[in-house]
Amino acid sequence: MGLLSKKDTKLISDPLADNNPITIQVLGICSALAITAELEASIVMSVSVLFVLGVGNVVISLMRNIIPSKIRIIVQLVVVATLVIIVDLVLKAFAYELSKTLSVFVGLIITNCIIMGRFEAFALGNGPWRSFLDGIGNAAGYGVILIIVGFFRELLGSGTLLGMKVLGDPIEKSGLYAIGYENNGFMLLSPMALIVVGIIIWVQRNKNKALIED
Amino acid sequence: MSNKTDSNVYTILFAIGMVILVGSLLAFAASSLEPAISENKRLEKQQNILYAMGVNDNEEGSAVFISTDKAPQAFAEYITKQVVIQNGQVTEDDEAYLIDVKKEKSSAKGDASKRRLPLFIGEKDGKTYYVAPIYGKGLWDAIWGYVSMDENMVIQGAYFDHKGETPGLGANIKQRYFMDDFIGEHLLDESGDFKGVTVAKGNADPLNNDKIDNEVDAIAGATITGDGVTAMIKSDLKLYVPYFKNLKNN
Repeated sequence: MGLLSKKDTKLISDPLADNNPITIQVLGICSALAITAELEASIVMSVSVLFVLGVGNVVISLMRNIIPSKIRIIVQLVVVATLVIIVDLVLKAFAYELSKTLSVFVGLIITNCIIMGRFEAFALGNGPWRSFLDGIGNAAGYGVILIIVGFFRELLGSGTLLGMKVLGDPIEKSGLYAIGYENNGFMLLSPMALIVVGIIIWVQRNKNKALIED
Repeated sequence: MSNKTDSNVYTILFAIGMVILVGSLLAFAASSLEPAISENKRLEKQQNILYAMGVNDNEEGSAVFISTDKAPQAFAEYITKQVVIQNGQVTEDDEAYLIDVKKEKSSAKGDASKRRLPLFIGEKDGKTYYVAPIYGKGLWDAIWGYVSMDENMVIQGAYFDHKGETPGLGANIKQRYFMDDFIGEHLLDESGDFKGVTVAKGNADPLNNDKIDNEVDAIAGATITGDGVTAMIKSDLKLYVPYFKNLKNN
């Protein structure tokens, strides 16, 4: 199959399901709580992490034979921080509007434990191409969960999706609100993100019993 | 790992090399992109000021600035006069909009007489607007904005922005529905004293029909950001009261 061998494909597909960074490895929970009150923010964050993790994994992989093992975590932090800052600067200069939307996420990307986790667990021991695939796969697995959580939190919490009022207008009492439906303000608060993630974990483990640990 | 990368000398040399490389890379990126970034910031200020006085490309429900290529021309057209107020002295200054409100606020250290207060006087459709910048603190980081008023200190338009408020909650202060609530609100109470506008929970007026209650409806889940908006309106716009009192007496 040319570009991707079976093993390579698994690098991408595994984190999407049975080895998902959020629901199985329980990494990156903090950012999943912080920014999923809106679907749009979830999507932006997913794309940012996809970029940083894909490129970062390649950089670390290329450097893997020269990084002194005693300070490897520091080196990884420096690489990810440099990448994020450069992206932020370039966006500020050439896509100012976008950079304003993204500013909230810069700090969250640097401290995202999925990124450090993949550098440490995969890129340090594998070649650049496989590391790139692993980065893309894990970022996608992270993004999928973020988008699912963002979808439910924005829909049930604000009655909107991507800012569009899909359930009617709560103030003018149109649409669903006319028959007494109310937004659940609880959904906008961080604990509810944890509960939604919990439900996803429950559903996933119920479908695949092999994932249940004793 | 080979032995070579485990030695202390190698580790220290690697660290030094990395710091020099990354440091110069970032310094180079920052200084070469600096002109483009500050130009963007300058245009954004013009867009913000114009937005507050109602010169914008708003679509239904969402706030849209006038486009960046039209902003300088529109700024020259609508803003008729820029002044700086310091300790009661009013001087005209065509670059008043470049004054950094954050720096002014921190260097004055609470002594309002030391602050240079920029005010932008604009005219649209025969009506005069007075636009003032405000600056304060939200939950996580800075929040700021521009408020346009008429000569009675009745708000004609407002623009708020933030550095890092929570998306979906505090970040919604820059949403149209929140900013538009301020339009028509009185900053003075009935006796003419400055009262500000409070972002109030439970003001029981979500449609904001009552414009003289000095209150707008708060955003659920964004209490501290809302309190920050209240505080910056109170502290910063209050400083302009003497100017407006003078305006009426003349």
